[in-house]
Amino acid sequence: MKERVIATNITKSFHSTKALDDVSFTVNEGELFGFIGPDGAGKSTLFRILTTVMNADSGDALVDGFHLKDEIAIRSRVGYMPGKFSLYPDLSVQENLEFFAKVFGTTVQENYSIIKEIYVQLEPFKDRRSGKLSGGMKQKLALCCALIHKPRVLFLDEPTTGVDPVSRVEFWEMLSRLKQSGLTILVSTPYMDEASRCDRVALIQKGKILDIDPPGVITKKFPLHVIAVKSENMPKLRKDILKVEDAESVYGFGEFLHITMKKENSSTEKIETLLKQQGHQHTEVKIIEAGIEDCFMHLMEHNKN
Amino acid sequence: MKLTGENIIEVENLVKRFGSFTAVDNISFQVKKGEVFGFLGANGAGKTTAIKMLIGLWSPTAGKANVAGFNLFTEANQIRKNIGYMAQRFSLYEDLTVIENIQFYGGIYGLRKNILKERAEELISELGMESFRKELIKNIPLGWKQKLALSVAMIHKPKIVFLDEPTSGVDPITRRQFWDLIYNAAEKGTTVFVTTHYMDESEYCDRVSIMVDGRIEALDTPTQLKKQFNAVSMDEVFLRLARPTQKQVL
Repeated sequence: MKERVIATNITKSFHSTKALDDVSFTVNEGELFGFIGPDGAGKSTLFRILTTVMNADSGDALVDGFHLKDEIAIRSRVGYMPGKFSLYPDLSVQENLEFFAKVFGTTVQENYSIIKEIYVQLEPFKDRRSGKLSGGMKQKLALCCALIHKPRVLFLDEPTTGVDPVSRVEFWEMLSRLKQSGLTILVSTPYMDEASRCDRVALIQKGKILDIDPPGVITKKFPLHVIAVKSENMPKLRKDILKVEDAESVYGFGEFLHITMKKENSSTEKIETLLKQQGHQHTEVKIIEAGIEDCFMHLMEHNKN
Repeated sequence: MKLTGENIIEVENLVKRFGSFTAVDNISFQVKKGEVFGFLGANGAGKTTAIKMLIGLWSPTAGKANVAGFNLFTEANQIRKNIGYMAQRFSLYEDLTVIENIQFYGGIYGLRKNILKERAEELISELGMESFRKELIKNIPLGWKQKLALSVAMIHKPKIVFLDEPTSGVDPITRRQFWDLIYNAAEKGTTVFVTTHYMDESEYCDRVSIMVDGRIEALDTPTQLKKQFNAVSMDEVFLRLARPTQKQVL
């Protein structure tokens, strides 16, 4: 497999804050690679460094075969969609697209096939100023502008943040189709549930990568049992569940509480007995497979200094 | 669940039009005192417009509404004094210290100097933030910032607090801690009106409304909604409701 991005020991500080702390990873050709982590994890800083918008304090990367100091070579090979809307609000949809094509020495016609599927939805509004588009449409236009010079590696910084669940699903479907054309895509998101859409993910928190693997492997590696518990009286359950011995953590997950326990200590019977003693009705207690969010919280807790 | 008791928000056939576009199309609902009310919808469904009306910023085109005991059409100023509002993420000033932020917001909410001083001390000790008091906001951890932002939005002891996507982009542990704060506020009788894009969080609300294209298409407890739509999760309920009507409109 050919590597499209190889990052080695990238470190970056802002004043006393370490935004990135010795970050290393590789992304393969044609891979959809996700950086999953909350605000302030270092995702945007990492993307800025890899697209040569910002310099690292130390460390280096090869992006499509070029070192970070080869700014011009890298810039023509990558597409970058920043988290914040960064198109020209006073230019029309079409003008924005033509501008980005021209800057990269190409034309919209030449590479139209790449953006066609996305752009057809924008075409009816091609004369509208981009600042007047809805959030979803702005995002589609920004994606077109990042693709129009036919990049080999695409960087998408939090494309789905603040976007409703329906539009998020649609955006990921769009990415899966783009990936099929062989494009290498690096995407960042704070939504843990989006991990399953990626070939591989890096879980990132406070400038450090906690783990890198396919999402299914990360969840398989989870060292504890996750026991999902629900009752008719959830507020009381939250208090009662603290009496469970050997629980490593208790967190709310929608209508369930997730209790993690060491595998050798875990016992659904013990919990069922406790719930009965406490008078809970309509209860459900079951061992489930860990999700990415269970894993992320576990890794967060075990990486505290 | 607090589904009995007095209504703190009463909305009847509320409409907001911008020219020929109807952003909020005849919505009606009630919120009970002390309830945690989830206000969901796709982007562009009209949530923000509805909230801006309820907090007295925008005047409705038509309808009736009573918020915190005041008429939305004639007493918007009174409403603003009786509610708290925390914008998407938090609106604290990064270059002011913890205590300066508290004093600034207390002043904006019109607290008198001596009362403000008292409230500020009370708040800092409630939050256990004594060691941070003179620290700049930009230097304190995210979880603390968020606690402070919520407390500041409630410094004038409002009857209702409106939270617009308070947990967007926050790490999973801090996100859960924030919901503990929401429960605390509700337990003390403050009504919480909250929007979120995390569907697991909608399960933590007493009742949830879902807006689609300017209308409220569903409103009930999470359990009932799942029954009604024969869905296993709120995520599924949301996708089912919002997806078929998604239009490619601007």
